[in-house]
Amino acid sequence: MKAATGMEHLHIISVLVENKSGVLARVAGLFSRRGFNIYSLAVAPTDDKRFSRITAVVDLDSAPLEQIIMQLDKLINVVSIDELAPSDAIETELLLATVKSDNDIRGQIIQLVGVFEGKIVDVGIASLTVMLAGHPSKLDDFEELIRPYGIVDIQRTGRVALSRL
Amino acid sequence: MQITGAHALVKSLEMEGVEVVFGMPGGAILPVYDPMLDTSIRHILVRHEQGAGHAAEGYAHATGRPGVAIVTSGPAATNIVTALADAYMDSIPLVVITGQVARPFIGTDAFQESDTTGITMGVTKHNWLVTDPNEIPEVVAAAFYIATTGRPGPVLIDLPKDVSNAMMEWHWPESVDELDLPGYHPATTVDQDIIEQAVDLICDSERPVMYVGGGVIKSNASDELLELAEMTGIPVVTTLMARSAFPSAHPLSLGMPGMHGNYTAVTAMQRSDLLIDLGARFDDRVTGRVDAFAPEAKVIHVDIDPAELGKIRRPDVAICGDCKPVIEELIHGLKKRGISGGIDDGNSKVESRRDISSWLSTIYEWQERYPLIYHQSKEGELLKPQMVIETLRELTPDDTILVTGVGQHQMWASMFWKFKMPRTFVTSGGLGTMGFAVPAAIGAKVGHPERMVWAIDGDGCFQMTAQELVTAAAEGIPVKIAILNNAYLGMVRQWQELFYDERYSEVYLSPDLPDYVKWAEAMGCVGMRVDSPNDVAPVIEKANSIDDRPVVIDFRTDAFEKVYPMVPAGASNDDIILFPGQEDYALGVQEAGSSDNVAGSKDEAGAGGAGMTEAGGKDEAGAGGAGTTEAGEGKVESR
Ligand SMILES: Cc1ncc(C[n+]2csc(CCOP(=O)(O)OP(=O)(O)O)c2C)c(N)n1
Ligand SMILES: [Mg+2]
Repeated sequence: MKAATGMEHLHIISVLVENKSGVLARVAGLFSRRGFNIYSLAVAPTDDKRFSRITAVVDLDSAPLEQIIMQLDKLINVVSIDELAPSDAIETELLLATVKSDNDIRGQIIQLVGVFEGKIVDVGIASLTVMLAGHPSKLDDFEELIRPYGIVDIQRTGRVALSRL
Repeated sequence: MQITGAHALVKSLEMEGVEVVFGMPGGAILPVYDPMLDTSIRHILVRHEQGAGHAAEGYAHATGRPGVAIVTSGPAATNIVTALADAYMDSIPLVVITGQVARPFIGTDAFQESDTTGITMGVTKHNWLVTDPNEIPEVVAAAFYIATTGRPGPVLIDLPKDVSNAMMEWHWPESVDELDLPGYHPATTVDQDIIEQAVDLICDSERPVMYVGGGVIKSNASDELLELAEMTGIPVVTTLMARSAFPSAHPLSLGMPGMHGNYTAVTAMQRSDLLIDLGARFDDRVTGRVDAFAPEAKVIHVDIDPAELGKIRRPDVAICGDCKPVIEELIHGLKKRGISGGIDDGNSKVESRRDISSWLSTIYEWQERYPLIYHQSKEGELLKPQMVIETLRELTPDDTILVTGVGQHQMWASMFWKFKMPRTFVTSGGLGTMGFAVPAAIGAKVGHPERMVWAIDGDGCFQMTAQELVTAAAEGIPVKIAILNNAYLGMVRQWQELFYDERYSEVYLSPDLPDYVKWAEAMGCVGMRVDSPNDVAPVIEKANSIDDRPVVIDFRTDAFEKVYPMVPAGASNDDIILFPGQEDYALGVQEAGSSDNVAGSKDEAGAGGAGMTEAGGKDEAGAGGAGTTEAGEGKVESR
């Protein structure tokens, strides 16, 4: 896999925040006013309803990781921050894509989805919608391979991650 | 006991020990102003909400206690944003309470609605939109706790009108442990190992400098700083935010570093092999070009905010903690190594430590050679601003609180005032807010009614918030304002003169529009004007004798005067530009000069030195010695 290619400047941080209104705005506002770039951001509730977890992939070309963490930690509603070095993290992401698929190429696309262990979730006359979950780099590869067929629409969730046990 | 949310707010302020609030009522905050009638908390009615914010800042700066302001929603909330931003930059503890439209109206573009928490998110340490009246006591307690602990800063509570009107069951949190703040843990203890590492670096340094910032003031650590300086003989520079942290007349005081720092302070840092940063944050106004700043120095950085450690300059030893206990630990650690004498005790001969005496001699030479200087005005010329400041200082008590606006007058005040006690200098540093002085002086005077409070203000700045003198007159707050009226936005004029080929664009004001004396009188103050050097002292003395009203003095000062030394923006501190002609004095070229019209200031010596900048290209350079008229006319005199 070409997992890390060109991605060394990206780092995952997992931020446990209080589940209060405006928290996401505080985090996003901090990133923008300090000039930290976010590559992707995912927010979800946790098993404790007082807290939510923000998983952000940050661009270390824009600021040192330590500064990003220190500044985030100053937000009163930020409870804790885990930095996940790509090598220590289990990362996963979800992709949904609608791809052009005339009769003659439909088979090829279905085969590709099979190889990547994805799923066909919708079929139209001239297009297919596929779903794929997995490591973001795997999604990158898949995206590249289906691009020549003609992507009508694509959505990715941004990665979520937990540290390895 | 069931009471309204508004009443709960006022009671909560009482529980926090609040003595005074600055504010102005309006629709959304009306419910809060009713119980204000029945409380012992003093309310000072300002004429503009920005004034309430700066007054609260002045109060906090001067007393160390949090300043409190109450204003209504919408335009009042936006009016106070500048003060919040100012307090955020300078780490001033403020609690600002804003009214908000009733909950059902939020988000409907209701009358005087503004997204106050959204607008102020980036300029507060934290803010709250209160949606349940039962939360009011906890929110107020958390607000004061957060504003005053860790790195202090402003917080804001946005209170919808219907929450103020609703009933709640009164209660008060017994301790901060009851507050739901799982993400707030201000720094506490310091690791002994790290202190030892710092002590090692200190003992191993030959050219150490203490780089002291506002954190020392906030932490009330001036006594500890003095002890540390005297026991080690390490010289001290104090940034704009820390000017009053160390006595100006002390032999180890080098004065202010940075863009308008004096030669010795700037150069000592540049040549240093160890910077001991105590509560300073490597601001760009201090460092100049960062990659050329103090290139040989190792750094010990003490800051209560961990995010400051390594933000600009990577420290060799990073200590996250409050300056006072950390300095105490350092003193303790140094004593254990046998370092305990004074500067004259030759403790630098202690075996465990390198000798710094030749470094001190070098520094004293610089001080002798490059004092802060200016030319006295000649017959018929306008006043020299520096002379006004020095005279004012001579005629006021040591505990006088000096407040400034932003511009040339601020820099001169910082350079030429002789500080003796902490918390006697109140200025807008990080944000550089014109209009700060008058309201901040009012706040400082409210906090210390027994002390003299003088503002040195610019004519431009004064016009931004002068209306608060009506507040001062009405409330019996006898502040004194010295306007250094150079008829210009002087600092901007200086940049246009030096860096834009004297193309003056929109910087001329006017010496007599407005008429400051009449304006002062119209606001219930005493107004006086001074245009002759001989009148400076008598008029100041007259002002000092007036204690029943505010006083405004319009000092007519020389617009051609520029603030020197200067490191052009973006340049290296090695490229410091001296007072025109000073290099010549320093080299003794002008010994024969006959006139004695050059004033010098020996304490916290001087400027100059690294050679007049050669025009190194770009628009930032080329200012060296662009001197005006009388360069090289007299010889340097110390006094
Ligand atoms: C609110 C605000 N607007 C503009 C500026 C930019 N600025 C910095 S100093 C200055 C001139 C100040 O003039 P004055 O008060 O007369 O002081 P002087 O420099 O003449 O002593 C200006 C316009 C500022 N710092 N703050
Ligand atoms: Mg002016």
